[in-house]
Amino acid sequence: MNAILKIHEKDNVGTCLRLVNAHEILDLGGMKLEAKESIPQYHKIALTDILPHHPIIKYGQRIGLATKEIRQGSHVHIHNIESTRGRGDKKEGY
Amino acid sequence: MDILGYQRENGTFGIRNYLLVIPASVCAVEVANRIAEKVGAVSLPHQHGCCQMGADFRQTMRTLTGFGKNPNVGAVLVVGLGCEGIQSGEIVDEIQKTGKPVEAITIQEWGGTTKTVAKGISIAQELVKKLSAVRRTPFSVCHLILGMECGGSDPTSGIVANPAIGIASDRLVACGGSSILSETTEVIGAEHILAERFPDLKEREKFLTMVAAVEKRALAAGEDLRGSQPTPGNIQGGLSTIEEKSLGCMHKAGDTAPFLGALAYGEEVPPEKPGLYFMDSPGQDIDSITGMVAGGAQLVVFTTGRGTPTGCPIVPVIKITGNPETYQNMEENIDINGGKVILGECTLEELGAEIFEKMIAVTNGEDTKAEKLGHREFGIYRIGFTF
Repeated sequence: MNAILKIHEKDNVGTCLRLVNAHEILDLGGMKLEAKESIPQYHKIALTDILPHHPIIKYGQRIGLATKEIRQGSHVHIHNIESTRGRGDKKEGY
Repeated sequence: MDILGYQRENGTFGIRNYLLVIPASVCAVEVANRIAEKVGAVSLPHQHGCCQMGADFRQTMRTLTGFGKNPNVGAVLVVGLGCEGIQSGEIVDEIQKTGKPVEAITIQEWGGTTKTVAKGISIAQELVKKLSAVRRTPFSVCHLILGMECGGSDPTSGIVANPAIGIASDRLVACGGSSILSETTEVIGAEHILAERFPDLKEREKFLTMVAAVEKRALAAGEDLRGSQPTPGNIQGGLSTIEEKSLGCMHKAGDTAPFLGALAYGEEVPPEKPGLYFMDSPGQDIDSITGMVAGGAQLVVFTTGRGTPTGCPIVPVIKITGNPETYQNMEENIDINGGKVILGECTLEELGAEIFEKMIAVTNGEDTKAEKLGHREFGIYRIGFTF
């Protein structure tokens, strides 16, 4: 069983099917990827470097925007991405 | 496909044969519960039915009458206080259109708790006698309506359990049955994909308006939707945003059947036009399942990544998890272990077939785990204030 599941070819994040340890070298269809940190099971890992305000893609669709620079192999979650929908806390035009 | 059910007066088929005791308002709940308990019927404990107005009032009314009209219910006893906003007589008139036996009793008319409970028990016992005479007979799958729910989601829901339900739903619709996708909140971020599957442009517009209305409500409140969606459990499991959650949720609707329409909460699935429908409901599981059952669903499939015990008073709820650890942790509550797909022990297609077979077995009388444990959660989606 592969440790990482990439659902759609356009995705820039993958799902860790098991706990991934820091500095573990992961295989993703021939591509080698080093985990920058420990990532819990079923959480997301960055498959590429992602710039701030750039889209996070899963299922081939946008699931949110990066709030800071995310390096390949990092844990991707609420500490570095955010939703753009239903944001009554943001000013209009966001 | 051989399926058996209880034929009702209006030609519909139930897969269960309940006597339902409906309290018209919160004031009648205790009396209704006592009657139901004594005769082995089910009651619908709720906190509403008085001092409501407009669309909110009508929605509560539609939900209570929808439960009475659901084919899994063979007979109904309505218990009212007497002075409440929702009058027992109006519930009776609406349910009577199905032709099934319906009786009513009010506490103020019968002179208090004790007398009303006693009278209610004697009426209910007569109804139970009538129901016990009904036998299961074969029926066409075109009468079967499936409600689809996901709750306590985690990333395995979107990857395994929801797509597997989608396979079962596609197969049911291809056989001539009906299926309902609900939870409007959990469409936010995936509406552009689902909208393309509505061939009728008017229905497509209705669907998009429903999704926009929910998002507007969050915006108008000046709050971040993230305060409620995804939930803390979703986030702990690894879901980061409502968009990610929605893009996983939408897989319940499979990928071959077109959406024939967008229904209001608790609105009846058109009996003359079986197929796949969307229903406007909240992401909260109990309110959402209640709406689909009020719309006529006799069976519910429910995916859960984190695990949840909930059922429904009149409809069997089949639980599926895509998370192997959750299945081990809550096997008591979960009917199907979809974690086998994550572990590489079976394919998504095989899991979809297993769910479909379980749906048929439960239709034919097999108890779900929620039924065995007596789970009967019920909740009405309120869209207004109590005055």
